[in-house]
Amino acid sequence: MLKTRIIPTLLYRDYGLVKGVGFDSWRHVGSLMQSIKVYNMRNVDELIIVDIKATGDGRTPDCGWVNDFADDCFMPLTVGGGVISPDHVGKLLDVGADKVAMNTAAYEDPGLVRKVAAKYGSQCAVVSIDFRRNADGSLEVVTHSGRNPRGTDLAEFARIAEDSGAGEILLTSVDLDGTMKGYDLEAIKVVSDAVSIPVIASGGAGCYDHMLDAIRQGGATAVAAASIFHFTEQTPAEARAHLRKAGIPVRRD
Amino acid sequence: MLTVGVVDYGVGNIGSLSRALSVCGAKPLVTDREVDFKIVDACVLPGVGAFKDAMDLLRARNLDKILEDQILAHDIPILGVCLGMQLLASKGMEHGEHDGLNWVPGSVVPLVPKNRERIPHVGWNNVEYDAPNPLLADIPPGEDFYFVHSYHFVAENPNHVAATTPYCGDFTSVINNGSIYGTQFHPEKSQAIGLKLLKNFIRIAGEF
Repeated sequence: MLKTRIIPTLLYRDYGLVKGVGFDSWRHVGSLMQSIKVYNMRNVDELIIVDIKATGDGRTPDCGWVNDFADDCFMPLTVGGGVISPDHVGKLLDVGADKVAMNTAAYEDPGLVRKVAAKYGSQCAVVSIDFRRNADGSLEVVTHSGRNPRGTDLAEFARIAEDSGAGEILLTSVDLDGTMKGYDLEAIKVVSDAVSIPVIASGGAGCYDHMLDAIRQGGATAVAAASIFHFTEQTPAEARAHLRKAGIPVRRD
Repeated sequence: MLTVGVVDYGVGNIGSLSRALSVCGAKPLVTDREVDFKIVDACVLPGVGAFKDAMDLLRARNLDKILEDQILAHDIPILGVCLGMQLLASKGMEHGEHDGLNWVPGSVVPLVPKNRERIPHVGWNNVEYDAPNPLLADIPPGEDFYFVHSYHFVAENPNHVAATTPYCGDFTSVINNGSIYGTQFHPEKSQAIGLKLLKNFIRIAGEF
């Protein structure tokens, strides 16, 4: 049986590991390299590693850097930040990424996802969708690290991403990011129902029950989390044990 | 120390595979040159992406012929990983029908949901088998390996199926035909259990 993944998200800028609240108020939380080593030793299911400043700085992905951390890490890696062309995806796969996350560029150019899927296969094309919940309850896609509201409905864009060839959706609530108040379950449900590709829930996890809710109520295929692991004593291994006790299929330790 | 040729044809995660082979005690040799394949003790065929593109790239470097002459003809153990395993099939049905290497009779077809499974198949899933296989020595049935794929290998000869994995029914996750091996999952990304499988492959090459 396919196991439900628990995925620590590592955000970095200027090679330092950071975490914010609502995609803002970034705090330095340690060394990226060190964290990757620790998570590798602890046998986490997968890591998502994103350069959050790349798009803002107009930079392309630093493949040398990815190469450095991927080589010693015999575990699945999803890498993102600044990916705007199929060539970037090819280079990241070459240096050890298994999947590549595309966010702003995937929104602005659905042709990018189509080309990546055709050349490298859908299985490596992750479309990372950030969204906000408006006062009227509508769910709106945002890009550029959450700064640009796009006026596009979340479910509609999720379907466009799937039709373009995305193999997975990384769904992040900007409003709940870093708050540790729990995932946006309704949004996860809306997207899980809208597409038939895997959906990774992200943004808001503060305890293991939040993860359980995202899986049970939201229908998430996998759960990503950052603050809970950076700022509390909670660990991916305990999360796994908690989910197992609740009857969710997870990996053996 | 055994030298393991890692086929370099511009497709696939060569860095992690090479590093994993080193950690497992072999000397990886990333190459597309025929002279190198004449001296390797074993060979790994990586691969990510679309079937046809990968076959075109192999052929563009004449690697289909080189591997046939230097690896297949001499029964040098070879391990295809993910798309690398799929390329060993007779044909691939991804975006039309395309010829594969035809080293293990069979075809590569899309995973079709049986019970609303999501495609691609991404994540950790168990690898099951009845008959022991040297590639799976000391790896009990039911261990989880990391998968990320939308297509799967359908072998013509059931004896070539060394292990299966439950998703969209049961699909073939390990193939073996003589000295030809393939895994649909990524051993180089499957942490300790994946490295154990690579060590088994190196041991097979050492005993050859």
